[in-house]
Amino acid sequence: MIDRKHIGRTTPPETFDVEKGRLRFFAKAIGETDPVYTDEEAAKAAGYRSLPAPPTFGFCLEMETNSLWDNLEAMGVPVGKILHGSQTFTYHEAICAGDQITFETKVSDITDKKGGALEFITEDTTATNQNGTLVAELQRVIVVRN
Amino acid sequence: MADVTFDSVNVGDEPIQLTGDPVSRRTLALYAGASGDHNPIHIDIDFAKKAGLGDVIAHGMLIMAYMGRSVTGWVPQSAIRSFTTRFTAITRVGDQITCTGKVAEKMEADGEKRVRVEITAASQDGEVKGAGEAIVALP
Repeated sequence: MIDRKHIGRTTPPETFDVEKGRLRFFAKAIGETDPVYTDEEAAKAAGYRSLPAPPTFGFCLEMETNSLWDNLEAMGVPVGKILHGSQTFTYHEAICAGDQITFETKVSDITDKKGGALEFITEDTTATNQNGTLVAELQRVIVVRN
Repeated sequence: MADVTFDSVNVGDEPIQLTGDPVSRRTLALYAGASGDHNPIHIDIDFAKKAGLGDVIAHGMLIMAYMGRSVTGWVPQSAIRSFTTRFTAITRVGDQITCTGKVAEKMEADGEKRVRVEITAASQDGEVKGAGEAIVALP
């Protein structure tokens, strides 16, 4: 069982650049063909500063941080035992190419089911851009198969 | 994109439908690289077998990305206020995912007209892989 003392655990903020090439690669990987996501002129015509990050891309940038791996290591959970249980995004402002996004993650809950056979780690993350604007909030629930 | 308006949408409408290409090992390799999620259970069959999964499995977030595409194919992304998904089953190589969305509720919140859309991602045999919802603001 994961020690519940880790509820409230935070990891250091980390900042990442949102790159056009990465966004185009992501669009390709998810089969997105709307030019808004790959053609900067189309993006600007649609009212964006530059290529917008698709709705789930914030999770990808978040995965660049060490927060998940750091938390798992601290909790003694092997990576082969985890699955993604659920994911939630709350959007406040667009994330676009050229932005710098800072992520801060906190372990908000740890629960279990089936007598501890499954444990659930809930992590809440804020995403703030280079202007200090909260652009999105993310919540991931990681399932641990014990 | 045709403008979707609040008044043009009714509870029970099913305005969202998107079928992705079948998930291949290449899909998973591309998604691992582009997403930055390099967990070996998605790309390394030896590791996946040792982890008891039998084969590599798809990233849950690949399925949610398809669900996201299904929403942004309906309304502009700037309309989306929140988006949540529970991953209810493992997606395997060869699965073909279809996302469908149904208008579940119309409401007003924060001075906006909004609708809640329930979105389901299911494989060719009808197994639900992702069950989610999006709240979108409409003019």
